[in-house]
Amino acid sequence: MNAAVISVPADSIRAGVSRRKILDRVFVMIGLCFLFGALLILVILFLDLVRDGSAKLTWDFLTSFPSRNAGRAGILSAWVGTSLIMLVTAAVAMPVGVAAAVYLEEYAPKNWMTAVIEINVTNLAGVPSIIYGLLALGLFVYQFNLGQSIAAAGLTLALLILPIVIVATREAVRAVPREIREAAYALGATRWEVTAHHVLPYSVGGILTGMIIGLSRAIGETAPLITIGALSFIAFLPESPFSSEFPFFSFAWLSEAFTAMPIQMFNWVSRPDPAFQVNAAAAGAILLGMTLLMNGIAIYVRYRYRKKINW
Amino acid sequence: MQVTREKQDRAESSPQTVAEAPFPTEKGRSAGQIAIEMTRKVAPDEARAVKARAENLSFFYASVQALKSVSIEIRDKQVTALIGPSGCGKSTFLRCFNRMHDLTPETRYAGRVMLYPDEIDLVSRKVDPIEVRMRIGMVFQKPNPFPKSIFENVAYGLRVRGMRAKVLVEEEVEKALRGAALWDEVKDRLNSSGLSLSGGQQQRLCIARALATNPEILLFDEPTSALDPIATARIEELISELRDKVTVIIVTHNMQQAARVSDYTAFMYLGELIEFDETSQLFTNPSKKATEDYITGRYG
Amino acid sequence: MSTAATISTFRPSPTALRLRKVRDRIIESGLLVAALVAVFTTVAIVVVLVYESIPFFKAVPIKDFLTDTMWTPLFAEARYGILPLVAGTLVTTMVALAVAIPAGTIIAIYLSEFAPFKLRETIKPCLELLGAVPTVVYGYFALMMVTPFLQKFMPDLPGFNMLSAGLVIGIMIIPYVASVSEDAMRAVPNYMREGSYAMGATRFQTATRVVVPGAISGIAAAYILGISRAVGETMVVAVAAGLQPNLTWNPTESAATITAFIVQVSLGDLPHDSIGYQSIFAAGLVLMLMTLVFNIAGFALTRKFREAY
Repeated sequence: MNAAVISVPADSIRAGVSRRKILDRVFVMIGLCFLFGALLILVILFLDLVRDGSAKLTWDFLTSFPSRNAGRAGILSAWVGTSLIMLVTAAVAMPVGVAAAVYLEEYAPKNWMTAVIEINVTNLAGVPSIIYGLLALGLFVYQFNLGQSIAAAGLTLALLILPIVIVATREAVRAVPREIREAAYALGATRWEVTAHHVLPYSVGGILTGMIIGLSRAIGETAPLITIGALSFIAFLPESPFSSEFPFFSFAWLSEAFTAMPIQMFNWVSRPDPAFQVNAAAAGAILLGMTLLMNGIAIYVRYRYRKKINW
Repeated sequence: MQVTREKQDRAESSPQTVAEAPFPTEKGRSAGQIAIEMTRKVAPDEARAVKARAENLSFFYASVQALKSVSIEIRDKQVTALIGPSGCGKSTFLRCFNRMHDLTPETRYAGRVMLYPDEIDLVSRKVDPIEVRMRIGMVFQKPNPFPKSIFENVAYGLRVRGMRAKVLVEEEVEKALRGAALWDEVKDRLNSSGLSLSGGQQQRLCIARALATNPEILLFDEPTSALDPIATARIEELISELRDKVTVIIVTHNMQQAARVSDYTAFMYLGELIEFDETSQLFTNPSKKATEDYITGRYG
Repeated sequence: MSTAATISTFRPSPTALRLRKVRDRIIESGLLVAALVAVFTTVAIVVVLVYESIPFFKAVPIKDFLTDTMWTPLFAEARYGILPLVAGTLVTTMVALAVAIPAGTIIAIYLSEFAPFKLRETIKPCLELLGAVPTVVYGYFALMMVTPFLQKFMPDLPGFNMLSAGLVIGIMIIPYVASVSEDAMRAVPNYMREGSYAMGATRFQTATRVVVPGAISGIAAAYILGISRAVGETMVVAVAAGLQPNLTWNPTESAATITAFIVQVSLGDLPHDSIGYQSIFAAGLVLMLMTLVFNIAGFALTRKFREAY
């Protein structure tokens, strides 16, 4: 008895295949649409901001204080505030982040304490930024008595970007090959000497990339700053860090009230007067431009650094 | 620019085919015959003192025992080779001498490795591994120079020991490079990167780096398995010449290399020491059947 | 080839060695302190939120907090039901997911299974840029461009509404969902794909029937982490969705999310010990718990797909 043979004529196979191949092509088109659609939105956003705010993208805008008169308002105090805050953020996040990453990669034994630290770092990356604001409000502003100051703002943002710096540094450190470390240990170097003489110098590129990306994130953060009491109408600049008399450098600016670029934009966007919307657009264009520039620099640094070290 | 220079260096020092190599090919001759043909005219120096002695040394990776009670005597300023099939524990044994296992978590030593004349137990928990590594040097299987200049590579061990005087450092670097038979090739470009050298040169650089620190024992962990035959030959010649100046322990999976280069040979299998004897004896008249089976190629 | 006649000796002194050890110990302790900052931050967050909310929960019974339908802490007749804020958060999040999940998944499948190598390498950083835009700028976008655009089709749409905010949040988290999903898909070993291709399947069939199921826990992780980000988003909703708590499931209305409420209170001037001040910590506590649950679920799933391969 012959078993029934299912024979499928070649034509119908071919028809089935071409049907499925069409599906393939359709999906490719859909995928490309979504992909470039998303990117297009970024472009539209930037262009629209520039167009809306073009009237105000002038030198005057950069050098005037905010004002009740939309025409005269500027972002001087805002971008100075942002710069000063970034100084504090970088000064805190960089050493703490790099040190923590070095500890986790080079020193930490495989025990529960290390696991706890690593879980915490991962968890902190997912905490909403406004929670950092609440933390800072309760801890820095009131408990530590730092007040609503640049120092508090800088510390808050430093904590916010700490996971970014830690992760980037860990990756950079991990990329240094084991053989280099072994050779150094075999010559009698201590763990710190191996880290400082061999591991860190070759991780600088990756660390720098992480720092730049962290700062670009910090520049755009609004919520935590609002929570700790950023003001949006500051018509004066904090005292300059540099003075003309000894000791040529002062820290008074750390305890002054502050404003920042995203705060200023938020404040203007919230006003019904359309003239202020123009200001908001201009501020937004500048802010977005800065963010894109910093990310671009970070990508470039990462690219150059990868090419330089060929193990 | 850097890339073409690299290629040039490599082309100059390693001819393309084995046929051009100055060493004869090794087909069809037993290790014993080679040992007789190429044995150095000088026999091992019986009068040499014992430099180090492993006493019932055992080693554990977590709960796995990788070394089972190995006892070997290492003679001063002689070359001792460790041979055996893959996984027999020879590299594990070697790395006990400079406490490299301390870098791996969950490892444990048992037994002792006594270093003379100071009578220090190298694997004792009371002895600082840094101190051990200050006395014992190592050359690794894959050449691993630092991405620094040739000079800084060799000088690194000295700097770690606190040597600061520039003139002194330069002297020691030159001595070490001469000792590794590399000085003539690099003396004009001490500032170029260590990575710009060919594979064989890099390995000699690593040897120079270890020699600069005047180690009491110099460990070689399969130093030529990543190199071409010409470079291998030069390194073997170098090791032969280091005899009488430095105590050497070399691990090799190449029996003929052990026969060419060493005074004493230890054969290990599955973490145990099977036989230990003068090289010429071990290869021509092994006392254990397992040794004979291995060196005649019955298993590998 | 000549070898050196002598190799001289140079040993560091014992005191020098001991000093090095001491220096190393000090440095190691310093590094450990830095690493503990992460733990300290988490602990501090929990402590601050709980400590500042305690007076609030003493004054407001939990039952009222969880079931009352109005949130008006700043009124004379204050009501403290968290439901309006939670509803606002959930509605905007769901709108965001309606955008981000399809778009993110399709983009991830395309990049992982279809895109040529060079395209992927150049596009991925650009996509990351989309996620790097400051959120206040996205808020402006939602208010000034998306809402007017939507009003062309829905003339009754109020100036502040959850729809625009949700859509923009969705766009914002597309890169995040796409990159985590893509990582999961790329972790699927090639031999599975090859087995499918060898049977005559097209790329699309392989992608949907082999790769996506194989990466499902990672893709789920991407969605959950996306939810977490959408829930925690502040500025877009503060600018575009309005600051008035409103218990509704209709996205075309304006409402406040938990985060927007905290912003609103912070913009004003509240004395340190007032219940209004404490209410933002209570709201923050709820937010923290919500995102914690999502984060834990997301990371557990991430570990699962990383270990499977």
